[in-house]
Amino acid sequence: MATAIEFNNVSKQYRLGLVSTKTLSHDIQRWWTINILGKEDPYLKIGSVNDRATKADSEYVWALKDIDFKVEQGDVVGIIGRNGAGKSTLLKLLSKVTGPTTGTIRARGRIGSLLEVGTGFHPEMTGRENIYLNGAILGMTKAEITRKLDEIVDFSGCERYIDTPVKRYSSGMTVRLGFAVAAFLEPEILVVDEVLAVGDAEFQKKAIGKMQNVSQGEGRTVLFVSHNMASIRQLCKTGILLKNGYVEMRGNVEDVVDYYLGSMKTVGDFNRIGNGAVRVRDCRLSKENISLGDSLDIEVDIESLSEADIVDISFDITDELGKQIAHVSNYDDEFHIPHLSKGEKKTVHCRIKNINLAPGCYMSSIWLGNPYTMYDMVLSCLRFSVSQNTTFIQRITPYDRASKVVLQSQWQ
Amino acid sequence: MNETQEWTTVIKPKDKLLAVDFKELWHYRDLATLFVKRDIITQYKQTVLGPLWFIIQPVMTVVMYMVVFGGIAGIGTDGIPQPLFYLAGTCMWQYFSDCLNKTSNTFVSNSGLFGKVYFPRLIVPVANVTSNLLRFGIQLSLFLIVYLIYSIVGCAAHVNLYVLLFPLLVVMMAGLALGFGVIISSMTTKYRDLQILFSFIVHLWMYATPIVYPLSLVKGKMVAGLDMYTVMRLNPVTPVLETFKYGFLGAGEFIGWGWLAYSFLFMVALIGFGIVIFNKTQKSFMDTV
Repeated sequence: MATAIEFNNVSKQYRLGLVSTKTLSHDIQRWWTINILGKEDPYLKIGSVNDRATKADSEYVWALKDIDFKVEQGDVVGIIGRNGAGKSTLLKLLSKVTGPTTGTIRARGRIGSLLEVGTGFHPEMTGRENIYLNGAILGMTKAEITRKLDEIVDFSGCERYIDTPVKRYSSGMTVRLGFAVAAFLEPEILVVDEVLAVGDAEFQKKAIGKMQNVSQGEGRTVLFVSHNMASIRQLCKTGILLKNGYVEMRGNVEDVVDYYLGSMKTVGDFNRIGNGAVRVRDCRLSKENISLGDSLDIEVDIESLSEADIVDISFDITDELGKQIAHVSNYDDEFHIPHLSKGEKKTVHCRIKNINLAPGCYMSSIWLGNPYTMYDMVLSCLRFSVSQNTTFIQRITPYDRASKVVLQSQWQ
Repeated sequence: MNETQEWTTVIKPKDKLLAVDFKELWHYRDLATLFVKRDIITQYKQTVLGPLWFIIQPVMTVVMYMVVFGGIAGIGTDGIPQPLFYLAGTCMWQYFSDCLNKTSNTFVSNSGLFGKVYFPRLIVPVANVTSNLLRFGIQLSLFLIVYLIYSIVGCAAHVNLYVLLFPLLVVMMAGLALGFGVIISSMTTKYRDLQILFSFIVHLWMYATPIVYPLSLVKGKMVAGLDMYTVMRLNPVTPVLETFKYGFLGAGEFIGWGWLAYSFLFMVALIGFGIVIFNKTQKSFMDTV
């Protein structure tokens, strides 16, 4: 396979803080060193690793540092990482919104970038006028848009409002119209930033379906940034994990996502509340990626720091956004811990059977207590993802993204 | 497979100084026309008087000039009826300053758009200068109507062959505004101090251009040892404006081909320089804007 995109030691430096007289003095110094003394830019040598949580020791920071990889033609690459890892900067460089500080990016074919839906929409203009404007901004010619106009309008589902100013549209409709235009772009390389996280469920399904067509059917190269591991898994073949501006891992999408989800859970930074009489020492999942219908095994190590009567344990399962989905308690299976003496350690096993949560990512908190007090509550310490298969339900199209449970049904 | 196939896109930290991709610019020509259309459609949406504002503004300006400069200050107009004289200057200057103000904000006011998608940034100032032609056209027709009325009444100004230079004059006006605007916009992305500075320089510039007074008034005037007549003509807008007024009104005398050529070359150099620094800025401005 030919290489479609090649990153060659690409770095991007940003300056922190505000523009001030100090900026001016740095600029003058830089200009002096480069143009008069003929030396290299002095500020390129410094700059700290981009970790947003720590205090910066330098005013310059590397949003991306020595990024070096190739993407094959027809590959669909998912770029993941925590906030501030450099994902968006990477896409910005590739879509030529801003230039790299050092290094070279080479690509074969037209690059279409979709960092935002409906870029350049003018609220006073009608839907139709905005299709033309947005299409042209994305690089289409007028003739191209005219040829595809009917399809675009049809895909957006906004036919009735097409001659109404966009300011009268609901926000969802604006997004649909914007995505519809972008969906009919025909670049060889498509760069997409989390734009699918908008619109209603029906439209998201349509958008994901369209993305799959683009990559699979038409053999185009796609780079896709998202925080939604389920859609990354569904769409991508290769994964790239960025951390503080470096490529931490690269490979098969399943492996990279697993590694990423695993790294999110570190025992050291448990976020907890409670009086601490009994504490969670550690917790484990047998598997972090399960298929619909599988069971999930949870192990919790607990330790009592004082005498404790009646220790109840429960799990609050939430979706990625922290919305409560399910509650699992030891009473559900008539299991009891009547007493723990001081210093006693215990490991509790819990198997949740026949998981019928909709494909996606979930978190669980662990609660320890009794009807009178709360010993310990460790927030969102367990993370797992559920993927779709055809054994639990037969459908092969992506499951509705707004739904949270999957129900089995029989039809006649 | 086709590993030998050429790279079509190469993104590097720095391009060559004159790497303006005119082919790419041509590819995006439809975008320019759509921007022009957008500007025209949206300019006076939700106003009651709509495009009538194009007329009201110069009329009120001219009335003001007649009172202040013609009446109170008693500045002459080379024997041309005051409304005609002021209107001619206002039309041209308005076009120039509108274009300049708009293009000089290119980066700052479009940063939302520029931050999300790439297209040749030069499209925006070019579209600005073009869409302002509509307004200019309407104001020019106002001027021509007033002109017609005056010639019916018999108080005709003397139109002459230099009027044929008019298309060239418009191109020069647009070019100067584009050139200056593009340079200013490139300089103001990082240090907004310059934006404040430039906005009042443009304002003062009007008084350094013969609009509210005839150029002939300056002849022989020395300020601080400088011959103001020469200084005024060094202002590249002056020859354009003077030729316009001479061609339509026969006001004063023709400024001379030399000065007109000076102004033209100034414009060409300005645009060339402007495009180079605009091109340099467009790569990195998103980090500083």
